[in-house]
Amino acid sequence: MNISKLKKAALVALTSVGALIATAGSAFAAAPKIDSGDTAWMITSSALVLMMTIPGLALFYAGMVRRKNVLATMAQSFGATCVITVLWMIIGYSIAFTPNPDASWNQFIGGFAYLFLKPMGLNAVSSLAGTIPESVYMFFQMTFAIITPALIAGALADRMKFSAFLWFMALWLLFVYCPIAHWVWGGGWLGTLGALDYAGGTVVHLNAGTAGLVTCLVLGKRIGYGNENMAPHNLVLSVIGASLLWVGWFGFNAGSAVTANVNAGMAAAATQIATAAASLGWMFAEWLVAKKPSVLGMISGAVAGLVAITPASGFVDPTGALIIGLAAGVVCYISAVWMKKLFGYDDALDAWGVHGVGGALGAMLTGAFASNAINSASKGWLYDGNIGQMLIQFYDVAAVFVYCGVGTFIILKVIDMIIGLRVSPEVEVEGLDINLHGETVHG
Amino acid sequence: MKLIMAIIKPFKLDEVREALSSLGVQGMTVTEVKGYGRQKGHTEIYRGAEYAVSFLPKLKVEVAVKVEMVDAVIEAISSKAKTGQIGDGKIFVTPLDRVVRIRTGETDGDAL
Repeated sequence: MNISKLKKAALVALTSVGALIATAGSAFAAAPKIDSGDTAWMITSSALVLMMTIPGLALFYAGMVRRKNVLATMAQSFGATCVITVLWMIIGYSIAFTPNPDASWNQFIGGFAYLFLKPMGLNAVSSLAGTIPESVYMFFQMTFAIITPALIAGALADRMKFSAFLWFMALWLLFVYCPIAHWVWGGGWLGTLGALDYAGGTVVHLNAGTAGLVTCLVLGKRIGYGNENMAPHNLVLSVIGASLLWVGWFGFNAGSAVTANVNAGMAAAATQIATAAASLGWMFAEWLVAKKPSVLGMISGAVAGLVAITPASGFVDPTGALIIGLAAGVVCYISAVWMKKLFGYDDALDAWGVHGVGGALGAMLTGAFASNAINSASKGWLYDGNIGQMLIQFYDVAAVFVYCGVGTFIILKVIDMIIGLRVSPEVEVEGLDINLHGETVHG
Repeated sequence: MKLIMAIIKPFKLDEVREALSSLGVQGMTVTEVKGYGRQKGHTEIYRGAEYAVSFLPKLKVEVAVKVEMVDAVIEAISSKAKTGQIGDGKIFVTPLDRVVRIRTGETDGDAL
């Protein structure tokens, strides 16, 4: 009894000394205070967004291709993840998310001080995310930088050389993604102008979608497109992939609050509502037109809704989210099914039709439905009477579309001149899995 | 001896097998096959892209029987595999010259 009492007394004494030290420590701490809740949420969000690419996007795309190209499609998501991680550490984070010492240059591109993340010590904090370690902010933004180029793979499926694909990922990250991320989020001109893009409607989705459109035009159609059966080989994989995307997207949108606060909560709610509404929108549109509600349609609609709510998620109320979702489902159905047929481009897995069109639509509807009551940083058209926001959103959409379109075209042409973009017809017909990777699935 | 080859709808296999066993048929060979007859194929639509699938999955059931059993076997297969819908399948009957049971060396009628 005595011994245990002594032990208790000792513990109490130790605890109070510890508390005293902690209090004293915090009293002397420097201005930016790391918040453990925010930090925990942002590490979680980063992992969730990484899960969107591997295995989410990898499965979503791999299920939609023919059985001869399954592994090659997964290799694109996985390879992009690794190449971009390394490049982000070497230079990407520096030029996208750290300030350029020259204020006028800073409108367009970040600085070079963070090469190899040298200044990022244990206690470093970014001015863009004051309550979490910079290591976490760098990791969070890295997962966005990974999924954006990886999305382009949907347009170029079934016909690109893996070497050319990796070069494309690397160059596109540095010359297209990093500048645009800096323009909108890193202190550049579009953010200064007041463009609203909560989690990447233009930076991520319109950007990747536009690159997809340009890539499928430069590459040309797949051999047999329009004549041969190119039906998805296993839609179960795609359903699992789309569901992982959906779940991971809470890290994407709610994580973009960069804190665990009321904005993160509302962004999560808006994301869930818009996604379900978009899935129903696509499903009923297809049911009406093609007489059957396809499973591929339901999951495509969900992804369209996730894309369209991305720029809006932290700015709109639940009603706004519902309308944006429904609109995205119907509009992306029209673009993926009708527009593609009308113009005849072979956007194999609809990177442009879903991400490009959904991203642009979401960016414009963000201007319409952004509500000052939900986010004090925004004033939209319909709730707050700020019709000027629509023009700013349009500038954002146009700037990303034009810069990305031209940049992507130049990068592809350069790669094509040096190593060639497309596999030989023999390889394309026999399949990429066995020829590019020396492996097959399904025997 | 005759070889009876029946193309049937896959979900009718168990009924056909039971009916043939109760007739005394001692064995059968079943193969998954694809083909088309009057049913033709069907179309599948993926994000607006329509593909005609001409070959539908069926099962091919093969049984070897003595001549006197042929009519009963045909009757059993026809009645059990029938749904009345297009695509129920067909039965082919061909003469069979020799049969050998590999384990014992028995031949013809003894091997069935």
